[in-house]
Amino acid sequence: MNVLTDNISVFAEGFLGTVELTVYSSLLALALGFVMASFRVAPVRSLRVFGTAWVTVLRNTPLTLLFFAVLLGLPRFGLVLPFMVFAVLALGCYTSAFVCEALRSGINTVPTGQGEAARSLGMSFGQTLSHVVLPQAFRTVIPPIGSILIALAKNSAIAGAFSVTELLGTYRTLSELGYNIVWTFLWIAVGYLVVTGAISAVFNVLERRWGFAR
Amino acid sequence: MTVKAAAATALYDIPGPRARRRHRLFGVLATVVLLALLGWIIHLLFATGQFTYTKWMPFEYKGIQELLLRGLGNTLKAFAIAAVLSLALGGLLAVGRLSEHAPVRWLSTLVVEFFRAMPLLVMIFFIFVALKVQPLPALVAGLTLYNGSVLAEVFRSGINSVERGQKEAAYALGMRKTQVMSYVLVPQAVRAILPAIISQLVVALKDTSLGFLITYEEFLHAGKLIASNLDYDLPFIPVVMVISPIYIGMCMLLSWVAQWVSRWERRSPKTEAVDVETAGAGTLLPGGVPPTAPGP
Repeated sequence: MNVLTDNISVFAEGFLGTVELTVYSSLLALALGFVMASFRVAPVRSLRVFGTAWVTVLRNTPLTLLFFAVLLGLPRFGLVLPFMVFAVLALGCYTSAFVCEALRSGINTVPTGQGEAARSLGMSFGQTLSHVVLPQAFRTVIPPIGSILIALAKNSAIAGAFSVTELLGTYRTLSELGYNIVWTFLWIAVGYLVVTGAISAVFNVLERRWGFAR
Repeated sequence: MTVKAAAATALYDIPGPRARRRHRLFGVLATVVLLALLGWIIHLLFATGQFTYTKWMPFEYKGIQELLLRGLGNTLKAFAIAAVLSLALGGLLAVGRLSEHAPVRWLSTLVVEFFRAMPLLVMIFFIFVALKVQPLPALVAGLTLYNGSVLAEVFRSGINSVERGQKEAAYALGMRKTQVMSYVLVPQAVRAILPAIISQLVVALKDTSLGFLITYEEFLHAGKLIASNLDYDLPFIPVVMVISPIYIGMCMLLSWVAQWVSRWERRSPKTEAVDVETAGAGTLLPGGVPPTAPGP
């Protein structure tokens, strides 16, 4: 028990690291996923090909390999950034492929008739998108995006193994200090459950507020 | 192709001549930009001297090739053991969750929910560091517990997705629960969830790379050994360029099998009473809930 109380600052630092990593990577993944999804549904062929390649490759890449390539590989090109930024890049790009697929299938669940009706009312492409298609797509993608972001929070543990400050990494400090390793891991587990629980609570609220199963 | 893709969504009408001209212009612009990006990356590779002979020399040596092959073999070994064990554990937990005895049901629900909620790497580290297990058993145990729990949910939802009439008819014929399961529900469910199972195995294959982090001598580990060798001028990028196509190719092959099985089972007349899973994005996500399972 006193593993936690004695080292509250170490745990707090690690916990904040995990939260920070999760939040920034989520934002990157959502933004990039949105861009890729719009590429994949675009009428322009080369953009569709690019989007498809992005998704297919990243979805089949082991995240450890991606971390390995980004954290240790990009510095070889003279790109020197804090490890945290590299970790956000790797995690965000990886997750963006899954976000893209969720968004795309959300857009595809909107019946064609909705778009046709909007256009026959004289709406422009932008209006069709922002008033008709996206609001309906948004409702159906809430649950899948939620589980993707929960997976992202869990995957952020890999960053800890690549010496980014986050929750899993705290076990090293604490075992050096001679604390009971089982209790340490128990509190690390609790920390992750808090993060994933918070994400799932947020998405439950979103789901109840706007959710709509088609 | 353009017409077909556009007709499939609510976003666009079938383009007329002017829109087609505009799309062609956008297409050319986008291609130019993407090619420029590609060219810039290739230029960067050349400019930082990634294609010098010293950096690619190690791949000519027999010893290095054997090191890589041994790493690949270890990766596949961990995957094979973990796949078999997690299928077995998944089956066991699914039976537990569908049991008529409440304590068994609660216990298996607890196990499934706990191991699905835990980050896989935390479990692997716990087994490796706290229980002081060797790298291979630690990796396999972690993968088994996690993927077994996910597969249990896949199995259970597969059984539950068989049309109710099938079960009722079987009971009406006087079959016992075991008979209903083994003669009626399982054969139909397996066909429906086979794509989801294979997709989950892709996740397991991807996650074997976590063994790298606990010093298991797998593929990535072999790559790291070569990459950190000063004699070859730290050939990091060449190593990544050799390793990633193999890794990604293996996963893609398995994903492709999942999609193929999905299409094949969908056409089969034996899946009339059940919905075949699509091998979609969700199933491929490590840590994600497969589309077959209840939401978060």
